[in-house]
Amino acid sequence: MEHLELFFKSIFIDNMVFATFLGMCSYLAVSKKVTTAVGLGAAVIFVLAVTVPLNWLLDQYLLRDGALVWLGSEYADYDLGFLSFILFIATIATMVQLVEIVVEKFSPSLYNSLGIFLPLIAVNCAILGGSLFMQSREIGTLALAFNYGVSSGIGWFLAILAIAAIREKIRYSNVPAPLRGLGITFIITGLMGIGFQSFGGMLTGDNEAPEGVENTTVEQIEEKEIKEEIEEQEEAAVSYNQVVNK
Amino acid sequence: MALLSKKDAGLILDPLADNNPITIQVLGICSALAITAELKASIVMSISVLFVMGLGNVVISLMRNIIPSKIRIIVQLVVIASLVIVVDQVLKAFAYELSKTLSVFVGLIITNCIIMGRFEAFALGNGPWRSFLDGIGNALGYAVILIIVGFFRELLGSGTLMGIPVLGDPIEKTGLYSIGYENNGFMLISPMALIVVGIIIWVQRSRNRALIEEN
Repeated sequence: MEHLELFFKSIFIDNMVFATFLGMCSYLAVSKKVTTAVGLGAAVIFVLAVTVPLNWLLDQYLLRDGALVWLGSEYADYDLGFLSFILFIATIATMVQLVEIVVEKFSPSLYNSLGIFLPLIAVNCAILGGSLFMQSREIGTLALAFNYGVSSGIGWFLAILAIAAIREKIRYSNVPAPLRGLGITFIITGLMGIGFQSFGGMLTGDNEAPEGVENTTVEQIEEKEIKEEIEEQEEAAVSYNQVVNK
Repeated sequence: MALLSKKDAGLILDPLADNNPITIQVLGICSALAITAELKASIVMSISVLFVMGLGNVVISLMRNIIPSKIRIIVQLVVIASLVIVVDQVLKAFAYELSKTLSVFVGLIITNCIIMGRFEAFALGNGPWRSFLDGIGNALGYAVILIIVGFFRELLGSGTLMGIPVLGDPIEKTGLYSIGYENNGFMLISPMALIVVGIIIWVQRSRNRALIEEN
């Protein structure tokens, strides 16, 4: 149950892109085509699934207050927490290199589809963010940490897939010239984020309400209506353009 | 400005508008959006980035001839991470409340693409003084957007600036509130940051048509 809850929470409620804006840079840069977006998304899931549990072990047995107690009781009051940034990023950078080498050796076809994205990922904030959130939310066990890595990766994957699909379609609509490209992508992402906020009510059995739930349900319904309206407008614009082109 | 030649001044002034790191180069967006619900947090974040970028660019530029290109990403990450640790510890010591609000986003300066991007694009090919100016310029460009977004979100969302009420008291119904003005709580939720940046891009590109992209 705990696992299921964390799984859904990290995919929908605490979605990396829409709730915390992690990995926005590659999200915006690599979302022009669905196929490349799928490649990058898959690579992110993979790397998160490897690095979050690894960094969990590091945090548990090396970094947190009193973590060194397994060395002997005289080490009990060491707190190396301030080193976590540098250790986490070093783990991530080396893991990404390692994964790249291993994948290249054993699965050239996977390497060809993921390969170019792997180096990009070392500096994707979603990866480091995953580890830092894992640390600050005090995730309890190694299995939960693995679960957290995979599910937040899936959340990121869904987000980039959705925006890539929308951007492929929006090419046919008549966006105001200054908004074309980056501007409209920002605004669509914002609207999608508002849509994702409505998932906040999903786990209301929980004692600590997720952020953003205080906004009443009426607002959420309104948001949905706004979204639908926009979609309708987009469709209308597409058909209008087709007519014009003819 | 006798200190700076015209070319050097350009390094600082260009990123403020026509080559802005956020709206034109699309760098460093992650942290720009998540912490802008309050003006104060935006300002502190800007100062932290200014510090890390200015010093980081100098360090990388001094080492540019001895870093083997194959491992340069790891070297860059280590340089940034060390500087960020300094920032994080200083914040925890002198502004503990604020460091709680910024939470992991101070750490995420490490992977802020604006820093890596400028290292790769500029500091690896230029001397320390020019790299320093480039770092300062880009950090200021980043700060401008952060402060604009933070200003509007805090003003419209909670009617305060830096925590000080400027539009009157919403409970006592003074100031603007006495004529029926209400705070727009919508501005405080995080997706609104994206929409505000979208609008900034819109305004900027309609003023300077040369920046308009093809679809």
